[in-house]
Amino acid sequence: MKYVDEYRDSLVARKLVAEIHRITTRPWALMEVCGGQTHTLVKQGIDEALPAGVRMIHGPGCPVCVTPLEQIDKALAIAARPDVIFTSYGDMLRVPGSSTDLLSLKARGADVRIVYSPLDALKIAVANQDRQVVFFAIGFETTAPANAMAVSRAAALGLDNFAVLVSHVLVPPAMTAILESPTCQVQAFLAAGHVCAVMGWTEYEPIAERYHVPIVVTGFEPLDLLEGILMAIRQLEEGRAVVENQYARAVTRGGNLAAQETVLRVFEVGERTWRGIGTIPASGYHLRPEFAKFDAEARFDVGDIHTREHPACIAGEILQGTKTPLDCTAYGVLCNPQKPLGAPMVSAEGVCSAYHAAGRGLAAPTAFPLYDLAKVDR
Amino acid sequence: MCLGIPGKVIEIRDGGPLRMALVDFGGARKEACLAYVPEVQVGEYVIVHVGFAISRLDEEEALRTLEMLRTLDELMVQQELGAMPADADAGVAAP
Repeated sequence: MKYVDEYRDSLVARKLVAEIHRITTRPWALMEVCGGQTHTLVKQGIDEALPAGVRMIHGPGCPVCVTPLEQIDKALAIAARPDVIFTSYGDMLRVPGSSTDLLSLKARGADVRIVYSPLDALKIAVANQDRQVVFFAIGFETTAPANAMAVSRAAALGLDNFAVLVSHVLVPPAMTAILESPTCQVQAFLAAGHVCAVMGWTEYEPIAERYHVPIVVTGFEPLDLLEGILMAIRQLEEGRAVVENQYARAVTRGGNLAAQETVLRVFEVGERTWRGIGTIPASGYHLRPEFAKFDAEARFDVGDIHTREHPACIAGEILQGTKTPLDCTAYGVLCNPQKPLGAPMVSAEGVCSAYHAAGRGLAAPTAFPLYDLAKVDR
Repeated sequence: MCLGIPGKVIEIRDGGPLRMALVDFGGARKEACLAYVPEVQVGEYVIVHVGFAISRLDEEEALRTLEMLRTLDELMVQQELGAMPADADAGVAAP
Protein backbone atom coordinates (compact mmCIF):
# COMPACT_ATOMS: atom_id res chain seq x y z
CA MET A 1 0.00 0.00 0.00
CA LYS A 2 1.41 3.38 -1.01
CA TYR A 3 2.83 5.51 1.82
CA VAL A 4 2.87 2.43 4.06
CA ASP A 5 5.17 -0.12 2.40
CA GLU A 6 7.95 2.41 1.73
CA TYR A 7 8.18 3.08 5.44
CA ARG A 8 8.82 -0.61 6.16
CA ASP A 9 12.01 -1.00 4.09
CA SER A 10 14.22 -3.35 6.10
CA LEU A 11 17.50 -2.11 4.61
CA VAL A 12 16.76 1.47 5.63
CA ALA A 13 15.59 0.21 9.03
CA ARG A 14 18.98 -1.43 9.59
CA LYS A 15 20.78 1.75 8.59
CA LEU A 16 18.68 3.72 11.07
CA VAL A 17 19.42 1.22 13.85
CA ALA A 18 23.13 1.48 13.04
CA GLU A 19 22.96 5.28 13.13
CA ILE A 20 21.17 5.20 16.51
CA HIS A 21 23.96 2.95 17.83
CA ARG A 22 26.61 5.28 16.38
CA ILE A 23 25.35 8.46 18.06
CA THR A 24 24.36 6.99 21.44
CA THR A 25 26.94 7.49 24.18
CA ARG A 26 24.88 6.82 27.32
CA PRO A 27 21.63 5.28 28.57
CA TRP A 28 18.37 7.08 27.81
CA ALA A 29 14.69 6.41 28.56
CA LEU A 30 12.19 7.42 25.88
CA MET A 31 8.41 7.14 26.03
CA GLU A 32 6.29 6.43 22.96
CA VAL A 33 2.94 7.96 23.85
CA CYS A 34 0.63 6.03 21.53
CA GLY A 35 -0.34 2.37 21.85
CA GLY A 36 -0.28 2.00 18.06
CA GLN A 37 3.40 2.92 18.19
CA THR A 38 3.95 0.41 21.02
CA HIS A 39 2.55 -2.37 18.85
CA THR A 40 4.90 -1.59 15.95
CA LEU A 41 7.91 -1.31 18.28
CA VAL A 42 7.20 -4.64 19.94
CA LYS A 43 6.03 -6.51 16.82
CA GLN A 44 9.14 -5.54 14.86
CA GLY A 45 11.49 -5.93 17.82
CA ILE A 46 12.64 -2.31 17.45
CA ASP A 47 12.84 -1.76 21.21
CA GLU A 48 15.14 -4.79 21.52
CA ALA A 49 17.43 -3.61 18.69
CA LEU A 50 18.31 -0.35 20.44
CA PRO A 51 21.70 0.18 22.13
CA ALA A 52 22.10 -1.33 25.60
CA GLY A 53 20.69 1.09 28.13
CA VAL A 54 18.30 2.81 25.71
CA ARG A 55 14.85 1.93 26.95
CA MET A 56 11.40 2.48 25.47
CA ILE A 57 8.80 3.15 28.18
CA HIS A 58 5.31 2.44 26.87
CA GLY A 59 2.91 5.35 27.32
CA PRO A 60 -0.78 5.59 28.24
CA GLY A 61 -1.97 6.30 24.67
CA CYS A 62 -4.53 3.53 24.47
CA PRO A 63 -8.00 5.09 24.73
CA VAL A 64 -9.68 1.77 25.43
CA CYS A 65 -7.23 1.10 28.29
CA VAL A 66 -7.68 4.45 30.02
CA THR A 67 -11.48 4.62 29.75
CA PRO A 68 -12.45 4.45 33.44
CA LEU A 69 -14.14 1.34 34.76
CA GLU A 70 -17.04 3.51 35.93
CA GLN A 71 -17.77 4.59 32.32
CA ILE A 72 -17.63 0.96 31.16
CA ASP A 73 -20.05 -0.05 33.90
CA LYS A 74 -22.33 2.83 32.83
CA ALA A 75 -22.09 1.60 29.22
CA LEU A 76 -23.07 -1.88 30.39
CA ALA A 77 -26.04 -0.53 32.37
CA ILE A 78 -27.27 1.49 29.37
CA ALA A 79 -26.67 -1.32 26.86
CA ALA A 80 -28.70 -3.73 29.01
CA ARG A 81 -31.84 -1.61 28.58
CA PRO A 82 -34.35 -3.15 26.13
CA ASP A 83 -35.13 0.22 24.51
CA VAL A 84 -31.47 0.87 23.64
CA ILE A 85 -29.27 0.07 20.65
CA PHE A 86 -25.75 0.50 22.01
CA THR A 87 -23.09 1.30 19.40
CA SER A 88 -19.35 1.24 19.95
CA TYR A 89 -15.98 0.91 18.27
CA GLY A 90 -15.13 -2.80 18.20
CA ASP A 91 -12.21 -2.46 20.61
CA MET A 92 -14.48 -1.66 23.56
CA LEU A 93 -16.63 -4.78 23.36
CA ARG A 94 -14.35 -7.15 25.25
CA VAL A 95 -13.02 -4.67 27.81
CA PRO A 96 -13.93 -6.10 31.20
CA GLY A 97 -16.25 -4.04 33.38
CA SER A 98 -16.74 -4.82 37.07
CA SER A 99 -18.87 -7.88 36.37
CA THR A 100 -19.20 -8.43 32.62
CA ASP A 101 -18.37 -6.93 29.21
CA LEU A 102 -20.39 -5.60 26.25
CA LEU A 103 -19.80 -8.72 24.14
CA SER A 104 -21.17 -11.03 26.86
CA LEU A 105 -24.14 -8.70 27.22
CA LYS A 106 -24.71 -8.95 23.46
CA ALA A 107 -24.55 -12.76 23.69
CA ARG A 108 -27.29 -12.56 26.33
CA GLY A 109 -29.54 -10.61 23.96
CA ALA A 110 -28.66 -6.94 24.37
CA ASP A 111 -28.64 -4.95 21.12
CA VAL A 112 -24.95 -4.03 20.98
CA ARG A 113 -23.57 -3.13 17.56
CA ILE A 114 -20.01 -2.46 16.38
CA VAL A 115 -19.61 0.62 14.22
CA TYR A 116 -16.60 1.68 12.17
CA SER A 117 -17.47 5.38 12.32
CA PRO A 118 -19.74 7.50 14.57
CA LEU A 119 -21.60 8.46 11.37
CA ASP A 120 -22.71 4.80 11.19
CA ALA A 121 -24.22 5.15 14.68
CA LEU A 122 -26.05 8.23 13.43
CA LYS A 123 -27.43 6.25 10.45
CA ILE A 124 -28.71 3.59 12.87
CA ALA A 125 -30.47 6.33 14.87
CA VAL A 126 -32.11 7.75 11.72
CA ALA A 127 -33.29 4.27 10.70
CA ASN A 128 -34.60 3.32 14.17
CA GLN A 129 -36.52 6.37 15.41
CA ASP A 130 -38.56 4.23 17.84
CA ARG A 131 -35.39 3.09 19.67
CA GLN A 132 -32.75 4.99 21.65
CA VAL A 133 -29.34 4.80 19.99
CA VAL A 134 -26.33 5.43 22.23
CA PHE A 135 -22.79 5.78 20.92
CA PHE A 136 -19.79 5.17 23.21
CA ALA A 137 -17.71 8.27 22.34
CA ILE A 138 -14.26 7.37 23.56
CA GLY A 139 -10.86 8.37 22.29
CA PHE A 140 -8.05 10.89 22.20
CA GLU A 141 -7.81 14.09 20.15
CA THR A 142 -7.58 12.00 16.94
CA THR A 143 -11.11 10.65 17.38
CA ALA A 144 -12.74 13.78 18.84
CA PRO A 145 -13.44 15.44 15.45
CA ALA A 146 -15.41 12.39 14.24
CA ASN A 147 -17.36 12.07 17.48
CA ALA A 148 -18.01 15.84 17.58
CA MET A 149 -19.33 15.74 14.02
CA ALA A 150 -21.80 12.97 14.93
CA VAL A 151 -23.22 15.13 17.77
CA SER A 152 -23.25 18.22 15.59
CA ARG A 153 -25.15 16.36 12.82
CA ALA A 154 -27.60 14.87 15.35
CA ALA A 155 -28.37 18.43 16.50
CA ALA A 156 -28.80 19.63 12.91
CA LEU A 157 -31.14 16.71 12.17
CA GLY A 158 -33.07 17.30 15.42
CA LEU A 159 -32.62 13.64 16.41
CA ASP A 160 -34.22 12.94 19.79
CA ASN A 161 -33.20 9.28 19.92
CA PHE A 162 -29.42 9.73 19.68
CA ALA A 163 -27.08 10.18 22.65
CA VAL A 164 -23.38 9.78 23.38
CA LEU A 165 -21.60 8.35 26.41
CA VAL A 166 -18.49 10.54 26.43
CA SER A 167 -15.10 9.44 27.70
CA HIS A 168 -12.67 11.67 25.84
CA VAL A 169 -9.09 12.19 27.00
CA LEU A 170 -6.26 14.52 26.00
CA VAL A 171 -2.56 13.76 25.60
CA PRO A 172 -0.67 16.89 26.82
CA PRO A 173 -2.15 16.84 30.38
CA ALA A 174 -1.21 13.14 30.66
CA MET A 175 2.35 13.90 29.55
CA THR A 176 2.54 16.68 32.13
CA ALA A 177 1.20 14.33 34.84
CA ILE A 178 3.88 11.76 33.93
CA LEU A 179 6.61 14.43 34.05
CA GLU A 180 5.34 15.76 37.39
CA SER A 181 5.47 12.30 38.99
CA PRO A 182 8.36 11.94 41.46
CA THR A 183 9.13 8.52 39.96
CA CYS A 184 9.24 9.82 36.36
CA GLN A 185 12.05 8.27 34.31
CA VAL A 186 11.05 9.62 30.90
CA GLN A 187 13.74 11.78 29.29
CA ALA A 188 12.15 12.26 25.85
CA PHE A 189 8.79 11.67 24.18
CA LEU A 190 7.72 10.36 20.81
CA ALA A 191 4.43 12.25 20.47
CA ALA A 192 1.50 10.52 18.76
CA GLY A 193 1.43 11.51 15.08
CA HIS A 194 -2.30 11.37 14.50
CA VAL A 195 -3.17 13.27 17.68
CA CYS A 196 -0.87 15.98 16.30
CA ALA A 197 -2.41 15.73 12.80
CA VAL A 198 -5.55 17.12 14.46
CA MET A 199 -4.10 19.37 17.18
CA GLY A 200 -0.70 20.37 15.78
CA TRP A 201 2.19 20.66 18.24
CA THR A 202 1.96 24.14 19.76
CA GLU A 203 0.66 22.64 23.04
CA TYR A 204 3.88 20.61 23.32
CA GLU A 205 6.26 23.56 23.00
CA PRO A 206 5.77 24.85 26.58
CA ILE A 207 6.10 21.27 27.90
CA ALA A 208 9.43 20.74 26.09
CA GLU A 209 10.71 24.05 27.43
CA ARG A 210 9.43 23.81 31.01
CA TYR A 211 10.58 20.24 31.65
CA HIS A 212 13.57 20.40 29.30
CA VAL A 213 12.36 17.27 27.51
CA PRO A 214 12.74 16.60 23.77
CA ILE A 215 9.43 15.83 22.04
CA VAL A 216 9.41 14.36 18.53
CA VAL A 217 6.09 14.14 16.66
CA THR A 218 6.35 10.63 15.22
CA GLY A 219 4.47 8.44 12.75
CA PHE A 220 3.50 4.79 13.06
CA GLU A 221 5.49 2.77 10.55
CA PRO A 222 8.81 1.13 11.53
CA LEU A 223 10.95 3.74 9.72
CA ASP A 224 8.93 6.55 11.30
CA LEU A 225 9.57 5.16 14.76
CA LEU A 226 13.27 4.54 14.14
CA GLU A 227 13.72 8.07 12.77
CA GLY A 228 11.73 9.49 15.71
CA ILE A 229 13.96 7.61 18.16
CA LEU A 230 17.06 8.83 16.29
CA MET A 231 15.87 12.45 16.40
CA ALA A 232 15.03 12.21 20.12
CA ILE A 233 18.38 10.64 21.04
CA ARG A 234 20.22 13.20 18.92
CA GLN A 235 18.52 15.97 20.95
CA LEU A 236 19.35 14.23 24.24
CA GLU A 237 22.98 13.74 23.25
CA GLU A 238 23.29 17.39 22.22
CA GLY A 239 21.48 18.66 25.33
CA ARG A 240 18.63 20.18 23.31
CA ALA A 241 14.94 19.96 24.25
CA VAL A 242 12.60 21.20 21.55
CA VAL A 243 9.61 19.91 19.59
CA GLU A 244 10.60 18.36 16.26
CA ASN A 245 8.38 16.83 13.58
CA GLN A 246 9.32 13.47 12.12
CA TYR A 247 5.83 12.96 10.63
CA ALA A 248 5.92 15.94 8.26
CA ARG A 249 3.87 14.16 5.60
CA ALA A 250 0.78 14.28 7.83
CA VAL A 251 1.35 16.89 10.54
CA THR A 252 1.69 20.67 10.49
CA ARG A 253 2.46 22.92 13.47
CA GLY A 254 -1.09 24.31 13.64
CA GLY A 255 -2.83 20.99 12.98
CA ASN A 256 -6.26 20.67 11.38
CA LEU A 257 -8.05 23.95 12.18
CA ALA A 258 -11.42 22.87 10.73
CA ALA A 259 -11.41 19.79 12.98
CA GLN A 260 -10.35 21.81 16.05
CA GLU A 261 -13.16 24.30 15.42
CA THR A 262 -15.86 21.57 15.37
CA VAL A 263 -14.39 19.82 18.42
CA LEU A 264 -14.44 23.03 20.49
CA ARG A 265 -17.95 23.91 19.30
CA VAL A 266 -19.28 20.59 20.68
CA PHE A 267 -16.93 19.82 23.57
CA GLU A 268 -15.32 21.76 26.42
CA VAL A 269 -12.22 20.82 28.39
CA GLY A 270 -12.71 19.41 31.88
CA GLU A 271 -11.44 16.98 34.48
CA ARG A 272 -11.28 13.31 33.50
CA THR A 273 -10.47 10.11 35.34
CA TRP A 274 -8.03 7.76 33.60
CA ARG A 275 -8.35 4.06 34.33
CA GLY A 276 -5.30 2.93 36.29
CA ILE A 277 -3.89 6.46 36.55
CA GLY A 278 -6.43 8.57 38.40
CA THR A 279 -8.05 11.96 37.97
CA ILE A 280 -6.16 14.57 35.96
CA PRO A 281 -7.46 18.15 35.81
CA ALA A 282 -8.36 19.54 32.36
CA SER A 283 -7.48 16.22 30.73
CA GLY A 284 -10.59 15.45 28.71
CA TYR A 285 -13.65 16.63 26.84
CA HIS A 286 -17.23 16.95 28.04
CA LEU A 287 -20.25 18.01 25.99
CA ARG A 288 -20.89 21.75 26.04
CA PRO A 289 -24.18 22.80 27.73
CA GLU A 290 -25.70 23.53 24.27
CA PHE A 291 -25.34 19.81 23.45
CA ALA A 292 -26.25 18.50 26.93
CA LYS A 293 -29.43 16.89 25.60
CA PHE A 294 -27.23 14.35 23.77
CA ASP A 295 -25.52 13.27 27.00
CA ALA A 296 -26.37 9.61 27.63
CA GLU A 297 -25.40 9.90 31.31
CA ALA A 298 -28.10 12.52 31.81
CA ARG A 299 -30.70 10.78 29.64
CA PHE A 300 -30.48 7.37 31.32
CA ASP A 301 -30.53 6.89 35.05
CA VAL A 302 -27.80 4.31 35.54
CA GLY A 303 -28.08 4.28 39.31
CA ASP A 304 -25.16 3.87 41.69
CA ILE A 305 -22.12 2.35 40.06
CA HIS A 306 -19.80 0.39 42.34
CA THR A 307 -16.66 -0.54 40.46
CA ARG A 308 -14.33 -3.44 41.17
CA GLU A 309 -11.02 -4.07 39.38
CA HIS A 310 -9.57 -7.59 39.21
CA PRO A 311 -7.09 -7.82 42.12
CA ALA A 312 -4.37 -9.53 40.02
CA CYS A 313 -4.33 -6.87 37.28
CA ILE A 314 -1.51 -4.30 37.39
CA ALA A 315 -2.76 -2.35 34.34
CA GLY A 316 -2.42 0.96 36.20
CA GLU A 317 1.31 0.59 36.74
CA ILE A 318 1.77 -0.69 33.19
CA LEU A 319 -0.12 2.32 31.79
CA GLN A 320 2.07 4.67 33.80
CA GLY A 321 5.17 2.96 32.43
CA THR A 322 6.51 1.90 35.84
CA LYS A 323 5.97 -1.81 35.11
CA THR A 324 5.84 -4.00 32.00
CA PRO A 325 3.57 -7.00 31.36
CA LEU A 326 6.54 -9.23 32.23
CA ASP A 327 6.29 -7.95 35.84
CA CYS A 328 2.67 -9.19 36.06
CA THR A 329 1.98 -12.57 37.67
CA ALA A 330 -1.29 -12.93 35.73
CA TYR A 331 0.21 -12.18 32.28
CA GLY A 332 -0.11 -15.16 29.93
CA VAL A 333 -1.40 -17.36 32.76
CA LEU A 334 -4.63 -15.98 34.22
CA CYS A 335 -4.81 -13.22 31.61
CA ASN A 336 -4.62 -13.64 27.84
CA PRO A 337 -6.40 -12.14 24.78
CA GLN A 338 -9.10 -14.83 24.98
CA LYS A 339 -9.79 -14.13 28.66
CA PRO A 340 -8.47 -10.65 29.49
CA LEU A 341 -8.44 -9.37 33.08
CA GLY A 342 -7.58 -5.81 32.12
CA ALA A 343 -8.07 -3.48 29.16
CA PRO A 344 -4.41 -3.48 27.96
CA MET A 345 -4.79 -7.18 27.07
CA VAL A 346 -7.91 -6.46 24.99
CA SER A 347 -7.12 -3.45 22.90
CA ALA A 348 -5.16 -3.54 19.65
CA GLU A 349 -3.15 -0.74 21.27
CA GLY A 350 -2.71 -2.24 24.72
CA VAL A 351 0.82 -3.01 25.91
CA CYS A 352 -0.12 -6.47 27.24
CA SER A 353 -1.75 -7.49 23.96
CA ALA A 354 1.32 -6.20 22.05
CA TYR A 355 3.64 -8.31 24.22
CA HIS A 356 1.35 -11.33 23.97
CA ALA A 357 1.01 -11.08 20.16
CA ALA A 358 4.81 -10.98 19.88
CA GLY A 359 5.18 -13.95 22.22
CA ARG A 360 7.19 -11.98 24.78
CA GLY A 361 7.61 -13.89 28.03
CA LEU A 362 5.60 -16.83 26.68
CA ALA A 363 6.86 -20.40 26.33
CA ALA A 364 6.41 -20.40 22.54
CA PRO A 365 6.51 -17.26 20.38
CA THR A 366 3.21 -16.46 18.66
CA ALA A 367 4.61 -14.08 16.03
CA PHE A 368 7.86 -13.15 14.36
CA PRO A 369 9.12 -9.69 13.51
CA LEU A 370 9.22 -8.55 9.88
CA TYR A 371 12.97 -8.16 10.01
CA ASP A 372 15.69 -9.29 12.29
CA LEU A 373 17.01 -5.98 13.51
CA ALA A 374 19.44 -7.70 15.84
CA LYS A 375 21.52 -8.69 12.81
CA VAL A 376 22.63 -5.16 12.07
CA ASP A 377 26.13 -4.54 10.74
CA ARG A 378 27.65 -2.29 13.35
CA MET B 1 -7.77 3.47 18.00
CA CYS B 2 -5.65 6.35 16.74
CA LEU B 3 -4.91 4.21 13.72
CA GLY B 4 -4.96 6.34 10.57
CA ILE B 5 -4.60 4.80 7.14
CA PRO B 6 -3.36 6.63 4.05
CA GLY B 7 -5.64 6.29 1.04
CA LYS B 8 -6.14 7.88 -2.37
CA VAL B 9 -9.28 9.91 -3.05
CA ILE B 10 -10.97 8.28 -6.06
CA GLU B 11 -14.24 10.16 -6.22
CA ILE B 12 -15.73 13.12 -4.37
CA ARG B 13 -19.41 12.98 -3.49
CA ASP B 14 -20.80 16.45 -2.87
CA GLY B 15 -24.50 17.04 -2.55
CA GLY B 16 -25.14 15.58 0.90
CA PRO B 17 -24.84 17.58 4.13
CA LEU B 18 -21.20 16.46 4.48
CA ARG B 19 -18.53 16.31 1.79
CA MET B 20 -17.83 12.60 1.30
CA ALA B 21 -15.33 10.68 -0.84
CA LEU B 22 -14.59 7.20 -2.03
CA VAL B 23 -11.07 6.40 -0.85
CA ASP B 24 -8.85 3.58 -2.11
CA PHE B 25 -6.67 1.85 0.48
CA GLY B 26 -4.37 -0.35 -1.62
CA GLY B 27 -7.32 -1.96 -3.39
CA ALA B 28 -9.96 -1.83 -0.66
CA ARG B 29 -12.38 1.06 -1.18
CA LYS B 30 -14.35 2.77 1.54
CA GLU B 31 -16.33 5.97 2.00
CA ALA B 32 -14.74 8.71 4.11
CA CYS B 33 -15.88 12.15 5.20
CA LEU B 34 -13.87 15.10 3.82
CA ALA B 35 -15.47 17.77 6.04
CA TYR B 36 -12.14 18.45 7.77
CA VAL B 37 -10.02 18.54 4.59
CA PRO B 38 -12.26 20.56 2.24
CA GLU B 39 -9.32 21.49 -0.02
CA VAL B 40 -8.58 17.88 -1.01
CA GLN B 41 -9.02 16.97 -4.70
CA VAL B 42 -9.45 13.66 -6.53
CA GLY B 43 -6.08 11.88 -6.84
CA GLU B 44 -4.67 13.26 -3.58
CA TYR B 45 -3.90 11.14 -0.53
CA VAL B 46 -5.56 11.58 2.86
CA ILE B 47 -5.13 9.94 6.27
CA VAL B 48 -8.41 8.39 7.36
CA HIS B 49 -9.41 7.68 10.96
CA VAL B 50 -12.85 6.25 11.93
CA GLY B 51 -14.34 7.31 8.61
CA PHE B 52 -12.96 10.86 8.62
CA ALA B 53 -10.00 12.25 6.69
CA ILE B 54 -8.03 14.06 9.41
CA SER B 55 -5.12 15.21 7.27
CA ARG B 56 -4.09 15.65 3.65
CA LEU B 57 -0.95 13.60 3.03
CA ASP B 58 1.79 15.91 1.80
CA GLU B 59 3.37 13.84 -0.99
CA GLU B 60 6.36 16.16 -1.32
CA GLU B 61 7.16 15.78 2.38
CA ALA B 62 6.61 12.01 2.16
CA LEU B 63 9.12 11.69 -0.69
CA ARG B 64 11.57 14.07 0.99
CA THR B 65 11.57 11.95 4.19
CA LEU B 66 12.09 8.76 2.17
CA GLU B 67 14.91 10.28 0.12
CA MET B 68 16.52 11.50 3.31
CA LEU B 69 16.30 8.07 4.90
CA ARG B 70 17.60 6.32 1.78
CA THR B 71 20.64 8.60 1.65
CA LEU B 72 21.42 7.86 5.28
CA ASP B 73 24.82 6.40 4.33
CA GLU B 74 25.93 9.66 2.74
CA LEU B 75 24.48 11.54 5.67
CA MET B 76 26.48 9.42 8.11
CA VAL B 77 29.68 10.03 6.11
CA GLN B 78 29.03 13.77 6.05
CA GLN B 79 28.47 13.80 9.79
CA GLU B 80 31.69 11.91 10.33
CA LEU B 81 33.49 14.49 8.17
CA GLY B 82 31.75 17.32 10.02
CA ALA B 83 33.03 15.89 13.28
CA MET B 84 36.62 16.03 12.10
CA PRO B 85 38.80 18.89 13.38
CA ALA B 86 38.27 22.02 11.29
CA ASP B 87 41.97 22.51 10.53
CA ALA B 88 42.23 19.06 8.93
CA ASP B 89 39.76 20.29 6.33
CA ALA B 90 41.43 23.67 6.04
CA GLY B 91 44.79 21.99 5.45
CA VAL B 92 43.45 20.24 2.37
CA ALA B 93 41.69 23.28 1.03
CA ALA B 94 44.68 25.66 1.50
CA PRO B 95 46.51 26.41 -1.73
